[in-house]
Amino acid sequence: MNTDLKPQIQPDSFSFDGASEAEILTVLAKYPVERKASAVMPLLYIAQRQMSRLTGSAWVPVAAMDEIAQRLEMPAIRVYEVSSFYTMFNTKPVGRYHLQVCTTTPCWLRGSDDIVEACKRTTGIAALGGTSDDGQFTLTQVECLGACSNAPILQVDDDFYEDMDGPRTVALIEALRRGERPPAGPAINRSGSAPEGGRKTLIDTVHSISENK
Amino acid sequence: MVRVIVDGTPVDVPAGFSALQACEAAGKEIPRFCYHERLSVAGNCRMCLVQVVRAPKPVASCGFPVSEGMEILTDTEVVRRARRAVMEFLLINHPLDCPICDQGGECDLQDQAYGYGSGMSRYHEAKRAVTDKDLGPLVKTVMTRCIQCTRCVRFTTEVAGTPELGMVSRGENAEITTYVEKALTSELSGNLIDICPVGALTAKPSAFHARSWEYKKTDSIDVMDAVGTNIQIQARGGEVMRIVPRVNDEVNEEWLSDKGRFSVDGLKRKRLDRPWVRVHGKLMEASWQDAFVALARRMDGVSGYQIGAIAGDLCDAESLCALKDLMTALGSPNLDCRQDNAWYDLSAREGYLFNSSIPDIENADALLLVGTHPRHEAPVLNARIRKRFLEAGRGGFPIAMIGHPTTDPTYHAELLGDGPDILEKLLDGTHPFAERLQNAKRPMIIVGHGALTRHDAASIYEACKKLAAQAGAVSEGWNGLNILHTAASRVGALDLGFLPGARGRSATGMLRGGVDILWLLGADELPIDKIGADTFVVYQGHHGDAAAARADIILPGAAYTEKPGTYVNTEGRVQRSFRAVFPPGEAREDWRILRAFSEVVGKKLPYDTLESLRERMAEVNPVFRLIGGLARPTAQIEGQTITEASASVVSATQEEGFAASPFRPVMQDYYQTNTISRASPTMADCSRVYGPARAVAAE
Repeated sequence: MNTDLKPQIQPDSFSFDGASEAEILTVLAKYPVERKASAVMPLLYIAQRQMSRLTGSAWVPVAAMDEIAQRLEMPAIRVYEVSSFYTMFNTKPVGRYHLQVCTTTPCWLRGSDDIVEACKRTTGIAALGGTSDDGQFTLTQVECLGACSNAPILQVDDDFYEDMDGPRTVALIEALRRGERPPAGPAINRSGSAPEGGRKTLIDTVHSISENK
Repeated sequence: MVRVIVDGTPVDVPAGFSALQACEAAGKEIPRFCYHERLSVAGNCRMCLVQVVRAPKPVASCGFPVSEGMEILTDTEVVRRARRAVMEFLLINHPLDCPICDQGGECDLQDQAYGYGSGMSRYHEAKRAVTDKDLGPLVKTVMTRCIQCTRCVRFTTEVAGTPELGMVSRGENAEITTYVEKALTSELSGNLIDICPVGALTAKPSAFHARSWEYKKTDSIDVMDAVGTNIQIQARGGEVMRIVPRVNDEVNEEWLSDKGRFSVDGLKRKRLDRPWVRVHGKLMEASWQDAFVALARRMDGVSGYQIGAIAGDLCDAESLCALKDLMTALGSPNLDCRQDNAWYDLSAREGYLFNSSIPDIENADALLLVGTHPRHEAPVLNARIRKRFLEAGRGGFPIAMIGHPTTDPTYHAELLGDGPDILEKLLDGTHPFAERLQNAKRPMIIVGHGALTRHDAASIYEACKKLAAQAGAVSEGWNGLNILHTAASRVGALDLGFLPGARGRSATGMLRGGVDILWLLGADELPIDKIGADTFVVYQGHHGDAAAARADIILPGAAYTEKPGTYVNTEGRVQRSFRAVFPPGEAREDWRILRAFSEVVGKKLPYDTLESLRERMAEVNPVFRLIGGLARPTAQIEGQTITEASASVVSATQEEGFAASPFRPVMQDYYQTNTISRASPTMADCSRVYGPARAVAAE
């Protein structure tokens, strides 16, 4: 179980702050009152973001899950099941920056091993799943992030850094360490998943059918 | 009805049936792990794969609805190969430690691997291991054996109503757990052991004690509550090793309460295995002869009016009948089976029965609980209420409670108030719940001993009766006014008229020094210290508890596992149990003790065999002829021996109107309510883990 239930790690209590409460109101409005358990995943995200905001570590403690269970009038175990099923919810503390490397086939073919290596070297993390000594970075391996055309991908918190390689990863981590947030998206000269250096097809001006003859 | 063809045989099944049920209806055995008739369908073990003609691939029959003309094939090469493959996958991470597994011999996985598996393994890689969980003192876990059928998750969520188990994480890491380490709080947790198809959940108290094929199995009736759960006693070498439920849809379906299942170790401890006689203030071992002579000598010259008998909660009807006959022969009208001083409406048999019957809870459409907490008083019956609650859906089965429950009732019950005064508001219709009772077609009112043991019990019962009449709860084919008993012997004793006769004393009267000689038949749940110092106490029973310590003569009797007996449950259902083992040492069956003593005292009882005693019981009350069945709540049964006089004696102590005090819980501690459970180390463990102190702290 990818969870740490040690009492010295788990906070005794958890309560949503004002900003979170406002978010919860908009989320709950989307579901019928008797089906409010459907809001469990948005609420887990809200709790995780609040932890990130307040403690610098984006994770969901058991106390928060209990609070969510109580609010949504569902058994606590059902919340535990959801939060442990999805890898997007961290059930133990993570570093300030959560480095998530996709190592599924397309990313791996395009060199995700280099990225893992660069992450380890730059942050000093010994193995996947670990946190750096300064508590700044946590490195985890994730399954396909659905951005294969921009492989390999390194996801930092909620942002995709695409078309990465070893040196670019090192540069990114250095920037994060300086407190900068480089813009997310492709690291090479292209827009989204368009070809590198601009358009490669459909570049001729449009000819009429008669001209084509 | 829908016609489906199973392996060439046409069968007609209801439209809602699944392919698996249709195959069963056609007499075909379909292997399964996750599917269980009394739980929702999960469809995750894939063992029940069958071939449906024109379907592209094998289908999981448990979750596949039947349709007209569907052709199902259960024994083709495709099906056999599919089952073999599923079995191989299930066994990949299973430890194959059958030789040291308690489930061995009664394991679905073992049996089905033998019947449907491939006979050899091709898997040479490392198996996954899962850490064991601590689920409390009753259920032992070996989680590596788990095949993740989720039956336990569904049982705790649906039947027990304590959603504490779940499957967390996913894929290779998925596991069954409470997540945060905690003991299961259900009173039905022992049933997890039965429904687990593998050895992942086994009985902690009896771990490694015996193998399933070594047991001698005897059918019996549970006496830990008044539900009359059908059980099977499994003994080895004269020792009861464990108790498991038998299926009886009319009573317990296939569940058994934890107290009924796990208090077995109390049967081996603190037993009275020889007669004792108090000589010069000290209890001395004695022979049966000496004990009988000493007792007969003491009785000599004492008038019948100075002798009294109180029956306890675990007695079989045979011993009650024999004791009553003995007392009558001695000229004593002082008989009482209500050691808790309860009040019943004794004018008719319905006055003290659970008239709706347990299976008909599923037909009720509104429920009012008065001074009762069925989760503790009758856990199996409570599961039936929860079943009805879930079936009816949101708001379909309104439940209200008067009297604060000590724990969550496992269904949504509106708490109307703490005391009986709220009944007035229900009667005059000013309370909103009165309308819901009015609108219900088959409303139920359950009156518990939290109400019946009060001084204003008669007024409460009258109010409930009036309320039932107002709500139309008593009509043709439906009697919604119910008494929930907690003592297994109570209804049998009331049926036999084990009550004060003309000018006879009630239990309280006898305790207050109204009699010289007090015969306690397993009666331990009364204020022993209130027995007058001059009263000569005879204790006939099986456990050396408080009453035995006070006794002047101890006659060692047999526990419910050691004698054939008749028990009448709270519905008035007469059920028989058989002897599983012999009583320890000198102890004897209780009616035989009474029969033997009657001869010593010169009042020989007219029966020498169990059959003739049972004939006598049927003479006293013909309900004892209806074994297993239920005398439907009709008019009073002829031959009822309750006299007007005895009814009036009882109501004399009753107060007019309602007292202001709130209802008190019937049980302080579910796990220790009688001599057997108090002698059980397992129940003591449970009491420590789940006991009242803890419950209060949790609230």
